[in-house]
Amino acid sequence: MYGKGLRGLSVATIVVLVGAFAVAAFYAPLDADQGFRQKIFYLHVPLAIVALAGFIVAGLLAIQHLRTREPIWDLRSYVAIHISLILGVAVLVTGAIWAKTSWGVWWLWDEPTLVSFLIVFLLYGTYTPMRFAIEDRERQARYASVFAIAAGAFVPICFGAVRAQPQEVHPQTFGSGELPGSMWLTFLVCLAGMALLFYTLYRFEIATKLARGRLRSLRRQLLDDAPVQRRSAAPII
Amino acid sequence: MSVLAALLRKELRLELRTLESVPGMMLFSLTIFVVFHFALDRATVEGDLAAGILVVTLLFAGMLGLNRLYVADEEQGGFDGFLLAPVDRTWLFVAKAIALFAYLVALEIVMVPAFALLLLEPGLGQALPELLLVLALTNAGFAIIAALVGAIAVRTRARDLLGPLIALPLLVPVVIAAAGLLEPLLREGGAGGLDAKWLAILGLYDLVFGLLSVAVFDPLLED
Amino acid sequence: MTTAIELAGLGRAYGERAALDGVSLTLPAGRTLVVFGPNGAGKSTLLRILATLLRPTTGTARVFGCELPREAWKVRGRIGLLGHDPMLYRELSARENLRYHARLHGVAPERVDELLDAVGLSARAGDPISTYSRGMVQRAAAARAVLHDPELLLLDEPRANLDPAAAASLEPLLAGAPERPRTRVVTSHDPAGGLAEADVALGLRGGRPVLLGPAADVTVEQIGALYR
Repeated sequence: MYGKGLRGLSVATIVVLVGAFAVAAFYAPLDADQGFRQKIFYLHVPLAIVALAGFIVAGLLAIQHLRTREPIWDLRSYVAIHISLILGVAVLVTGAIWAKTSWGVWWLWDEPTLVSFLIVFLLYGTYTPMRFAIEDRERQARYASVFAIAAGAFVPICFGAVRAQPQEVHPQTFGSGELPGSMWLTFLVCLAGMALLFYTLYRFEIATKLARGRLRSLRRQLLDDAPVQRRSAAPII
Repeated sequence: MSVLAALLRKELRLELRTLESVPGMMLFSLTIFVVFHFALDRATVEGDLAAGILVVTLLFAGMLGLNRLYVADEEQGGFDGFLLAPVDRTWLFVAKAIALFAYLVALEIVMVPAFALLLLEPGLGQALPELLLVLALTNAGFAIIAALVGAIAVRTRARDLLGPLIALPLLVPVVIAAAGLLEPLLREGGAGGLDAKWLAILGLYDLVFGLLSVAVFDPLLED
Repeated sequence: MTTAIELAGLGRAYGERAALDGVSLTLPAGRTLVVFGPNGAGKSTLLRILATLLRPTTGTARVFGCELPREAWKVRGRIGLLGHDPMLYRELSARENLRYHARLHGVAPERVDELLDAVGLSARAGDPISTYSRGMVQRAAAARAVLHDPELLLLDEPRANLDPAAAASLEPLLAGAPERPRTRVVTSHDPAGGLAEADVALGLRGGRPVLLGPAADVTVEQIGALYR
């Protein structure tokens, strides 16, 4: 009952992602300077965009939680941040790979998107420890929502501030705006794939948590077998 | 407004009586200057290095202030006492932010001349009004974030760790802008002017986070 | 006769543990409700909900006709709380603490000195709370609780830390003016004494109301049974 439509969604995600990788590998033209290695850009940037969108959406979901005080919104916000963090690790790893293959170093302070992303990642990295440090569930959810809202507003400000720094040698891949149509198409397909990936993972995690919560409450009601409540950072519905 | 006055009076009176925050921040900042001297192996600094050291020291001393900001209320039932009053709860945020701003100003009265004495190559006088403006805007950014994050951290375990951990990434734009603004002011051989871009970013940050914090502060105070 | 408190199925859960569950009662204005029960029974939780410090998770609570927590802001100024926590800053004096609360509640500063006199703390009013004995702290806290002349007074074991004489001297202060007696909710571990001052008695155990009725209909034995 909780996983409605998940199979279809997963199939669609796999299809689009595989298609996107194929398009990126074979259809998209080779970059003049960097050759095939540039193609990791089709992985890195869509992941980053989706992860950041996830953080901002989590902030919006948190606003809804504070307005209605219904725990389901807190669950949605938490899962969105969770998935974005996972994708975020992938962003940083692919970013490092790109930097290494393109410029020979594992990290670039001059790439503003990467740097901004690191800062945002460090911020959201405190979300789970903060939740874990608050034992009362309702307060945990409330504080997490405040955090998610403030952090969500922070994302665009952070990117703006880092970008404002004077750039040196490395070009901002996106800022140039001279990408040919075929690159754009590839990019959009990859973006769609990543967005679907996010959404599928999100739906999976929500379904799992809801099902587990229901199982727990059924056990308590029918078997009088209440497992000891361990402290947890995740919302328990 | 009289609520704000009552809150501020209480805050400042408590700080004057207990001296829990400001002297510690002052001492800490002086120690950091000494550490920087040895760590960088420099007798004097100027330009971007000076800007960086000044901002970082202010930041870390500010973290000390953040950790102490709500402790008295948490431990002595001040939250409950305030929550029982028929007043708008957001005033507590404003009062805390203003209080920390005041502590930072007090800190800077000692810290900045000490910096000039110990490490700074060009004098302070070359761009004093601009310096004061930048410090004021920076203090505002620190104060707003500290007042917000302090309220989050104070009622969790590991509060002294969590506060700075959450606040520091949030303050990175302030650090960037402040350092960018201070660098020309502390340059050897005559100060440059203030970069309007960084001024705008810093001002915008203060405004956005100020408004945002006011909007989301209430839910933090409920039990 | 106005109704001061109206509770219907009131509950407060922390995760899956219910600190309070299914409390329903009505208390007319000017009457005293005494709440009995062992530690952890939910007495303090009930008081904190009535004080608007805690949101209920189930049921409804109305104080002076206003629903909590939605309309809590309307009644906050009419409620006073004297709990385990004196809510006084230790480094400030009693006078400074009370002046602070007076300003928050919009009460004239002269009242502070009146109250300090009434609780017998005028001589030491300028000394920091950290220098006070437990009894003095309790008296200062009592002054704080009634500073704004609340119509509803919530007392969590008000006689703790006080010798009988001090407790007796506080009694008129806490009771309010004779023409307009305060509505009171008091928690108590003393069956006989508690029943004597109660109009309505409520017995809690494990968050549930196991005993509820006019004080005249409740016996000391029934209250004692709560603790077994």
